[in-house]
Amino acid sequence: MFILLEKEHGSVSSYLTRRILYAFPILIGVNFITFVLFFVVNSPDDMARVHLGNRYVTENSINNWKSERGYDKPLFIALDNSGKKIFTETIFFDKTVRLFTFDFGQSDSGRDISYDISERMWPSLFISLPVLCLGLLFTLSFALLIAFFRGTYIDSSAVILCVSMMSISGLFYIIGGQYLLSKLLQVVPISGFDDGVASIKFLILPILIGVVGGLGHGTRWYRTIFLEEIHRDYVRTARAKGLSEKGVLYLHVLRNALIPIVTGVVALLPSLFLGSLITEAFFGIPGLGSYTIDAIQSQDFAIVRAMVFLGSVLYILGLILTDVAYTVVDPRIRL
Amino acid sequence: MELIILKTDALFFILIVCLLTYVFYASRKEHLARPWRIVLKRPIAASALTILGFYLIIAILDSIHFHPEIEGSSSEPIYSSQVVSLLDVVLKPINKNTETTYSAPFAIYSYSKESRESETGQIVRAYPRLTYAGSHLLGISEVRSDLVTRSLSGLGYWVFVMASLCLIVAVFKVVKLKLSLVAPRNFSWFLRPSPARLAAMITFATVCLLISMIAAVGPYYHILGTDKVGHDVLFQGIKGIRTGLLIGTLTTLIMLPFAIVLGIAAGYFRGWVDDAIQYLYTTLSSIPGVLLIAAAALMLEVFMTNNADDFESITARADLRFLCLCFILGVTAWTGLCRYLRAETLKLKESNYIEASRAFGALSWSTISQHVLPNLMHIVMISIVLDFSGLVLAEAALTYIDIGVDPSMESWGNMINGARLELAREPVVWWSLFTAFLFMFVLVLAANVFADSVRDAFDPRIRELD
Repeated sequence: MFILLEKEHGSVSSYLTRRILYAFPILIGVNFITFVLFFVVNSPDDMARVHLGNRYVTENSINNWKSERGYDKPLFIALDNSGKKIFTETIFFDKTVRLFTFDFGQSDSGRDISYDISERMWPSLFISLPVLCLGLLFTLSFALLIAFFRGTYIDSSAVILCVSMMSISGLFYIIGGQYLLSKLLQVVPISGFDDGVASIKFLILPILIGVVGGLGHGTRWYRTIFLEEIHRDYVRTARAKGLSEKGVLYLHVLRNALIPIVTGVVALLPSLFLGSLITEAFFGIPGLGSYTIDAIQSQDFAIVRAMVFLGSVLYILGLILTDVAYTVVDPRIRL
Repeated sequence: MELIILKTDALFFILIVCLLTYVFYASRKEHLARPWRIVLKRPIAASALTILGFYLIIAILDSIHFHPEIEGSSSEPIYSSQVVSLLDVVLKPINKNTETTYSAPFAIYSYSKESRESETGQIVRAYPRLTYAGSHLLGISEVRSDLVTRSLSGLGYWVFVMASLCLIVAVFKVVKLKLSLVAPRNFSWFLRPSPARLAAMITFATVCLLISMIAAVGPYYHILGTDKVGHDVLFQGIKGIRTGLLIGTLTTLIMLPFAIVLGIAAGYFRGWVDDAIQYLYTTLSSIPGVLLIAAAALMLEVFMTNNADDFESITARADLRFLCLCFILGVTAWTGLCRYLRAETLKLKESNYIEASRAFGALSWSTISQHVLPNLMHIVMISIVLDFSGLVLAEAALTYIDIGVDPSMESWGNMINGARLELAREPVVWWSLFTAFLFMFVLVLAANVFADSVRDAFDPRIRELD
């Protein structure tokens, strides 16, 4: 027994090691794409000019700006050097190595990126986490209810309702919600953010809109999963044993349907930190989403690089967590 | 008239040619035609397809661009530098009446007050009459009766159009198929139609009724009001159709070759090819999509500012930006399909017929084109129709955060973007938002409904469940 456990444990950790090692080339590739995207039309000189203001910039101040921020080396290949240094004495190598140690350094405008990220991830999380939890609660209960009434008019009209809700633009929910709750009823402020408990009144609307906006798609998706399970043999067996429809749904269908649901949710967890770009832009929430958009608009390459890197790390983490979650909820699957 | 073919126009026409070829080809192959017949047997899908057809016709009309001729004295024709589409010409009666500022739907007075000198010489602030809308009327009291008369004439147009269509079809049936008019069974498709055909006919008639109404009332009123600079909102909504439809279809057209070639190559050849392709799509999909789009949009902006002289018109510039948006959306979208195709190819490769084909010494190329690809087409089909609606919705959201289509291009995203602050006005300016959301909703709903039916018909696994 002990040996068996030991062995299984070993395979999980070796699997994880493999996955983590595999993440390195991917992250290097991600960083490479970011570099290419940024520098295909822009040279470091252009960046310096944008940040220093376009007029009256001397050659000297550009060089100063570049050397301060480490942009005074060649981009990808340093042909002046020999041996290994051809690749190591470049901006790309320099910045990539720093990212892997999670040393994001300073933004091009001189702020500490790690500090900014640690500050700004909370507002993002305050919105995305409740949206996920409440959304799951509502969509799962609705889907279960619809699955209970499958094949009736309730089912078909609910599906039509879901498809209609999916077809409405997310912008409509946001604009409509702001108009209805903030302007007509004046329950909550339109946008903004505050520290501590006072922030709740700013958070209600984006959370509500996030939940409502995802209702159509989520309900329909979970309904499909439930219906797939309902047609399985074990459900027929359970019915044959004389179990009530409710018992079948709660005891068997829900528990088995949880496998795809849990693994799907786990994949989302890491990206919750990043928040939603559009929601944050609309509601003026100082989260990571708006941080990234601002950085892109002000051409702050250091922040964009850090955020893209972080996003990819979280995505890969999500993939690994999904695989682990599979083995936890479904013992038939081994890594 | 001097024809102009924009890059997106060319791609759109290629796409339509592909579509027609596919329809022609599929109608001759029973195994391809059968699932489509199942789709078309559903009333709701037939109705959705009719609506999509109308959108498609408008997009095609809007994709034929030209420089209009300036009426001048010289014998040599002079062309305007403006780019105009066929749709602009068709909609000229609605579009030409530009007011000065906002006006509500069917209003004949302006939205905002203006100072004017009254007959007695005093300055009074009052709502001025609109320059064009309802200018043939004496006052507001006549609006209602005028609208009724014009709607009745719209109804008249509609009856006329419907009757002539029925007549044309009847004549066609008689002449082409040599059917007898007296035998009612020859017209059973019309007199006693199947539910799907009935749904399609009702939808068709309804849309035709709407068009007749617009044709009758549109030239004299702003049916959906005017925007900030006095342009007709209904016209903008219709113009947005091309952008919406193109973003959904061109993106797919651009990404499809990559997804198919790489997906099959990875699944079929395995080994280092598989590793390389897997690496490529994992890397691309691990970059958050919006970030990739935003970065690309910004880079394009820089590129266009640096090479501003290369574009002969604003339209050409907007067109390039639009094409790049489709391309980058395609880059973020192809990974999902590629992964799916790879997995499916892996499964197919184990099947007996592929093994037999290889055992007979068939080349990889012919095995793939004859056995693997045809068996993957249903996945491609499902993915095309499923992605479409998401892409239409994405355009509006991306345009809102300034990384979508060019501000000079007519699109629903730009309409929403320009009008979202107007809800704060008193009284509320709701018509721009309403129009954009309505046009978008109808397109996306039709696409979603159609996509559902296509998936049900093509995916054998789900078909078994029902």
